Amino acid sequence: MGTQDIPGTVMFDGEQAKKGYALNKMCYSFNDAACRAAFLADEEGYMKKFNLNEQQAAAIRAKNVLQLIAAGGNAYYLAKFAGIFGLDMQDIGAQQTGMTKDEFKAKLAAYAR
Amino acid sequence: MAKIIGGITTSHVPAIGRAIAKNLQADPYWKPFFDGFTPIHAWLETNKPDVVVVFYNDHGLNFFLDKMPTFSVGAAPEYNNADEGWGIPTVPTFTGEQDLSWHIINTLVDEEFDVTTCQEMSVDHAFTLPMALLWPSQNWPVKVVPVCINTVQFPIPSAKRCYALGEAVGRAIASWDSSAKVAVMGTGGLSHQLDGERAGFINKDFDLQFMESLVHDPKWATQFNSTQLVEKAGTQGVELLMWLATRGALGANAKCTHQSYHIPISNTASGIMLMEPVA
Repeated sequence: MGTQDIPGTVMFDGEQAKKGYALNKMCYSFNDAACRAAFLADEEGYMKKFNLNEQQAAAIRAKNVLQLIAAGGNAYYLAKFAGIFGLDMQDIGAQQTGMTKDEFKAKLAAYAR
Repeated sequence: MAKIIGGITTSHVPAIGRAIAKNLQADPYWKPFFDGFTPIHAWLETNKPDVVVVFYNDHGLNFFLDKMPTFSVGAAPEYNNADEGWGIPTVPTFTGEQDLSWHIINTLVDEEFDVTTCQEMSVDHAFTLPMALLWPSQNWPVKVVPVCINTVQFPIPSAKRCYALGEAVGRAIASWDSSAKVAVMGTGGLSHQLDGERAGFINKDFDLQFMESLVHDPKWATQFNSTQLVEKAGTQGVELLMWLATRGALGANAKCTHQSYHIPISNTASGIMLMEPVA
């Protein structure tokens, strides 16, 4: 199963799971409020603790979802990272598609027709 | 022996939890979705299941990538929800039906489904929100058995395999030495994609065909492999696997007692079905 079979889609397969393990493990820790606070108190130190590579650390600093996916991030764990900043799935969708949130919501609503 | 009285399928997106927390059930954005549960509430009031077996997919509350079982069955005395990181209120503790859990586990392994068993298991929004939609008081009148199917990491189990899992769970329930009335539930879907430039993908034609197929040609979706399902339903639309397992549990023939379909809730096409087995 390749990762480029469907345009605009990265299948989170073994290759991605291996590549993104440290990043996803850090994001998984954000289930815990104390870990979210520890991250906010010292983002660089927290990333270092989880051994993020430079690509992953740069994507976290940029809060850029497409870059986070390219670095091996999985949508479900990334959602926990986004939650720290109060971003919901429509914020994330808008960012990835280069739209405003209202434009993204309008795109979704248009499917009803 | 125990009796399967029906199967309920519904979307489970976290935004439902925010809507419940803010009492937005009558809000114009949410009303079409929440109204889809009114006939289900009436059915539950009439039929009063004792136990619900819930097919759902964990999103990183109970399982991380360190250990990722394809199929796992809860066998715990109770199940708790917990903080998932983005702040929807947690729900009260669920009571497990351990006798049925072990009967399902024994039956599944005997039928060569090599499941993971969980005597401790947290349940995430994919379990809790559908329960809260069925019983808005959150004063659970049923015991539960969670059955978790991996949709986080590919390879995910095939549609064909999930249907067969559901059939085996159905046989387990029907052979459980109990007078209990058992409902099955499948949560997730329908079409949506959260990640990548393709985020916001919805496929109404496919969803409607899928819902129709569950009544008249229930194995229709089992012709598709996982990549084809992602193409047709989106990366998260593969949660329709939970619907297939639920339908499988109902046996060869089922009728649709109620259905609802609405676009969008958050990034998702929402679907609701209530099906009953037909002898």
